[in-house]
Amino acid sequence: MSVPIHIQPDETFVLNVGPQHPATHGVLRVKMEMDGEYIVNAETVIGYIHRMHEKMGELKTYPQYYMNLSRMDYLGALGYSHGHVLLVEKVAGIEVPERAEYIRAITVELNRIASHLFWFGAFVMDLGGFSPLMYALQDREHILDMLERITGSRLTYSYYRFGGLYNDIDDQFIESAREFIPRMRKSLKKYHKLVTGNIIFIKRLKDNAILSKETCRKYGASSAVARGSGINYDVRKNEPYSVYPEFDFDVPVYPEGDSLARYNVRMAEIEQSLRIIEQGLDKLPDGPIMPKKAPKIIKPPAGDYYQAVETARGNFGIRLISDGTKVPYRLKLRSPTYSNMHLFDETAKGMLIMDALAFMGSLDLVIPEIDR
Amino acid sequence: MELTFFNVAVAVTIAIGFAAINAAYLVWAERRGAGRIQRRPGPNINGPLGLLQPPLDGIKLMAKQLIIPGGADKALFIAAPVLAMAPAIVSFVTLPFSDTIVAHNLNVGVLAIFAFASLGGISLLFAGWSSRNKYAVMSSVRAVSQAIAYEIPMLVTVITVVMIAGTMNLTDIVAAQKGGIWNWNIFPFKAGLFNPLMTMSFLIFFICALAETNRAPFDLGEAESELVAGFHTEYGSMGFGLFFMGEYANIVVGACLTTLLFLGGWSCPFGLFPGVWWFLLKIYVIIATIIWIRWTFPRTTIYGLLNLSWKILIPFSLFNLLLTAGLLKVF
Repeated sequence: MSVPIHIQPDETFVLNVGPQHPATHGVLRVKMEMDGEYIVNAETVIGYIHRMHEKMGELKTYPQYYMNLSRMDYLGALGYSHGHVLLVEKVAGIEVPERAEYIRAITVELNRIASHLFWFGAFVMDLGGFSPLMYALQDREHILDMLERITGSRLTYSYYRFGGLYNDIDDQFIESAREFIPRMRKSLKKYHKLVTGNIIFIKRLKDNAILSKETCRKYGASSAVARGSGINYDVRKNEPYSVYPEFDFDVPVYPEGDSLARYNVRMAEIEQSLRIIEQGLDKLPDGPIMPKKAPKIIKPPAGDYYQAVETARGNFGIRLISDGTKVPYRLKLRSPTYSNMHLFDETAKGMLIMDALAFMGSLDLVIPEIDR
Repeated sequence: MELTFFNVAVAVTIAIGFAAINAAYLVWAERRGAGRIQRRPGPNINGPLGLLQPPLDGIKLMAKQLIIPGGADKALFIAAPVLAMAPAIVSFVTLPFSDTIVAHNLNVGVLAIFAFASLGGISLLFAGWSSRNKYAVMSSVRAVSQAIAYEIPMLVTVITVVMIAGTMNLTDIVAAQKGGIWNWNIFPFKAGLFNPLMTMSFLIFFICALAETNRAPFDLGEAESELVAGFHTEYGSMGFGLFFMGEYANIVVGACLTTLLFLGGWSCPFGLFPGVWWFLLKIYVIIATIIWIRWTFPRTTIYGLLNLSWKILIPFSLFNLLLTAGLLKVF
């Protein structure tokens, strides 16, 4: 068995990071050509959990396909469902009651916080700090409990309907949401104390993997990746949808472009989401949650439609080409992580493996959403 | 005490037993401590407070098959975990717990312990190299560069202490610090030797002890999020168990040394009732601190780690050595 190994001085070796590796958080595989600890070349390989969501979109009717959307991203599922229902409502001309839209905004923002919290914990764990994950999960648990009460599930929600919602929120939900906001603000302060101010944390992330605006634009990056590089782009502000124009919130933008900026953007986004939830609860109108005349069978007129939403992971777009039948002719999902991930190959060149994996953590990759 | 075979055998058995029990129960303490820090119970099912967890884990590990990967260097692969555990245990033979409780009072006790400790680096190198796994090789290379970088400031700091005490005998080093907290080497008020940098020296020694035992935030050798499990990626069964126990035995050795060299060993801070209980109290406070640090801090980078050693710790410890030598000459 013993084969002698002859290593030439300038020889590189290939390291397969994944598909099963603690840093990739799923089944992403990165083929890294290494020179010692330095990455000469990195190539992300995807498709290990490809489930043909786009093809399913061409086979299923609109209500049947709706379930697939929340299976794409298991951490921020509501944002994806939101995109789909908004598109179908726009295409089929369904009026949505205002109360339903407010509740959608509140739940989407709650889900965004839950997703960011999980990312926060996992990211710090990538850097070797274990405890913040547990704290973050405890806060996330509060959100999941709240959402479970009204939606009936904890991760893969199917809460929205074309035209409204499946279930109205009750006083208990509102009460616990109001309780949650100050509690989360307190936790955020604790996280900043525990993690953000930590000297090792700052030293590792400052100037780590600086992404220029041009690189972000070239790869179509969105979410905190783009906003961390100084691109002020948030679908909620730039192409407003739902009731977002009625909320007063900021889009956190950091110009540095390093991993610390991406971290800061996401932490600031939690704060902004809390503001949106607060305003949503204050402004929440009474009324029905489903329109009186919601069509049973959805048959949009032939045409080419597009709807973008800002999910926890970034700019999620659905392009729908309809031929006037019950099923779409083509349904293209533009998933944000897919674009964000491809930044890795170019940026990781010449980096140390430690820094590269910290950078990968800062991209907030959710693999099922890349593979679809 | 007369040096008969019986005496030596009993003393060595007690020392090794102390090391082994500590190593096993520190795993439990670490998991309970981590649980407390992370707001979860930790192991609490087996026995009261989960105290039966370590022996049961040991049985579980021993019942597992030791898989030697194809193409691995068998001899080194088997030798590595033994080399990780054995030197740490042997160190206990020369570690004094009080002026009477010591298995073998060696005149060059400090030297012997550091000689044993440096074997730990070799075990990591063996483990990484013999596993025939890219992650393990990368990890062992890291571990060796780390061991070299941190042994230097550690030894320089120890030389400072040895110079102050004028002996390498650990019992005598402690005897030189007796008489209250202001006589400990950590504090700069020592009679006739006002060296304000000794507190920093203590910190340097503590940081180096963390790095030498591969503990967080310097656990680059087994950085889970990058190198899967580092040098012990390919180890299962008791091979892994020995690495694990070796790590904790090394922590105890590190804590004992810190106490003996800087915190006055078994002497009491207020000069009352010196004895082994003070020593145990001090080492467990240090161990608790080490556990606490692990579950609070993220990991450093490899260049951050080496920069810290070569650019800060080594110059500083050398400077302190010179300063101490000068002060000793003057006073």
